[in-house]
Amino acid sequence: MIYLDHAATTPMRPGVWDAMAPYTDVEFGNSSGIHRVSRRAKNALEGARESIAAAIGAGTLEIVLTSGGTESDNLAIKGAVFNGGPRRGVVTAATEHEAVLETADFLRRLGMPVTVLGVDSGGRVDLDELASVVDEGTAVVSVMLLNNETGAIQDVARIVEAVKTKDPEVLVHTDAVQAFCSEPIDVAALGVDLMSLAAHKFGGPKGVGILYVREGAVLEPVQHGGGQELGRRSGTHDVGGAVGMAMAMEMSLDDREGFCHRVGQIRDDFEKRLTVGVEGLVVNTPEHRRSPHHLNVRFPGVLNETLLVRMDLAGVAASAGSACQSGASEVSHVLEAMGLTPNQARESIRFSFGWPSTIEEAEEAAEIVTDLVGKLR
Amino acid sequence: MRALVAMSGGVDSSVAAALMRDAGHEVVGVTLKMWSGPSGEAPTAGCCTVSDSEDARRVAGQLDIPYYVLDYTNEFRDGVVRRFVSDYVSGRTPNPCIECNRTVKFDRLLRRLDDFESDVLVTGHHARSRFDGRHWNLHRGSDRAKDQSYVLSMLTQRELSRARFPVGELTKHQVRSMASALGLRTAQKPESMDICFVGRRDYRTFLADTAPEALVSGPLVDTEGHELGAHDGIAGFTVGQRRGLGVAVGEPRFVVRIEPATSTVVLGRREELGVSGVELSQVIWTTGAGDYGEVMAQYRAHGVPVPAVLDGDRLFFVNRQEAVAPGQTVAFYQDDRVMGGALIEGTFP
Repeated sequence: MIYLDHAATTPMRPGVWDAMAPYTDVEFGNSSGIHRVSRRAKNALEGARESIAAAIGAGTLEIVLTSGGTESDNLAIKGAVFNGGPRRGVVTAATEHEAVLETADFLRRLGMPVTVLGVDSGGRVDLDELASVVDEGTAVVSVMLLNNETGAIQDVARIVEAVKTKDPEVLVHTDAVQAFCSEPIDVAALGVDLMSLAAHKFGGPKGVGILYVREGAVLEPVQHGGGQELGRRSGTHDVGGAVGMAMAMEMSLDDREGFCHRVGQIRDDFEKRLTVGVEGLVVNTPEHRRSPHHLNVRFPGVLNETLLVRMDLAGVAASAGSACQSGASEVSHVLEAMGLTPNQARESIRFSFGWPSTIEEAEEAAEIVTDLVGKLR
Repeated sequence: MRALVAMSGGVDSSVAAALMRDAGHEVVGVTLKMWSGPSGEAPTAGCCTVSDSEDARRVAGQLDIPYYVLDYTNEFRDGVVRRFVSDYVSGRTPNPCIECNRTVKFDRLLRRLDDFESDVLVTGHHARSRFDGRHWNLHRGSDRAKDQSYVLSMLTQRELSRARFPVGELTKHQVRSMASALGLRTAQKPESMDICFVGRRDYRTFLADTAPEALVSGPLVDTEGHELGAHDGIAGFTVGQRRGLGVAVGEPRFVVRIEPATSTVVLGRREELGVSGVELSQVIWTTGAGDYGEVMAQYRAHGVPVPAVLDGDRLFFVNRQEAVAPGQTVAFYQDDRVMGGALIEGTFP
């Protein structure tokens, strides 16, 4: 099987499982207890937190451990809206992940003012338009750093600047879940107040993530309980998960330059082969300000549902932008927001590459896909 | 041979997939996503619920065959649900499962066999098909009580030649035994009785939500035209219906006719339910060739076939029949063999 769906999830980096495994049995303690079993777990947890904080230039108190990207997005947006202040509004973009859009929609149904901005054909929001919709009722602006379906990159630093110039009280959140393995992620440079990350996107375990919360930013928890994470996220800690995330983060950070070079080359080579091999191929991933590991393309005249099935039967794994619980492909809201018609979106497939990808498998995959598209036309 | 098996998540299609696999074919399982609610949610009752597609997925996993969910929500909405609504609006009694077979499974999906490099489409219907050297013939299933050949009566050579119904060779008991022996989670699953997009609600509630025009009130009259009362919409009535008429007149009354133009529901005595024949549309013949004359006609899914004479688009019953509803399908049989089928447009007194 040639796996070209690393944006969905990618295997753990070597050694990560070994690092986290002891915290499931040998060092099994609940990090919130008073005895030495707990203390050892607590030490491991806080060590992991320090390492995670350092990797993004944050303070340790600014790291809230969560179950992953979706929870972090929920906490950022709901937490900001319900934090006791007078602001209730949410501003976001049409190309966001469902974890953001559905959370915003939930708040809209509760009567909160929600603005969903359109994007240009490159998947980016207009900064003037963004500034114009931010007002004294806006609690949080949420714009994704690197789009999961297309690899389009938004200039988060300038987004923060535009928002803060208009109103410095507004919290700015970015979903950076897809970005950590390839983009420089420094919270000071980005200027965001809130940022979501998920470990399994960069070689860590599933079910672990963080929400970076700038010191001073007040959030109401989404998950109430025993008061862990300074009351911001209750629940017994997944110590092993945090250790695994910290290690994967370190490895991914050390490999970032290499990843961009290596994986970027594989992706570019794959793109070239498809462009040459498939007549009329349309590249949906923007030409500029794109990630090195995503490639979203449209095969005119071929239904993505059919092609994905044929690819799977032929041993190539990829995906359409989004899949519902049943696994049926749905029309990508991201591509629609970028100006594609529903039928064009139904002809589009996302290929995504990761740290284990090789040039040979990408070559072979390009050949298989080219061949299948020819058969299906 | 590669077989595309339409898996609903029930025991029959689970076993159909197992039988094809055990016969040495390459099997690909698919579930058609037919319907989602206003917020995209899957139905919770009927034959295409979230848990059903999960069952199908798990069975495919147990059988170790590739499995996919294909999106047919547009085709289903346009081909089946709209028709269901418009039939009720025009005073007919639709059979959406037959329409789904006709327009979705054995049309849109069948046409995609080549896309999936598959040779045949397999379903879990209880019916048998046989090639006689010239034609594919459709017969009743081995289990007469579970026979579903009626709902396949509109299939022609084009469909039958590329369709297979392996469980039609078994009794329901054998199907369940085989599923148990294979340890399939669907072995003891009860049969779905609901219309998938309506669910456990009353179909009238569904119509009230999606097509309020089908629920315009109107008069209840007797066959002489005397007004007996009022009703909440013709969609609430089916020819032959006796319960829930909302009038009390000593002896039993039945719906004998629905007149959509005036939203009138006509009630009568049992003897007024009788019809001598029906007017048909979309008459098709399984083997392609028309075979007018004497047939055995079955006009309900679990009805008993009755002798009739077919003359073009008109079918005359040898003995008067009761409660024949426009919108329903009539299947023609010769012994156990399906000769063809048609839609009932109207009735002759």
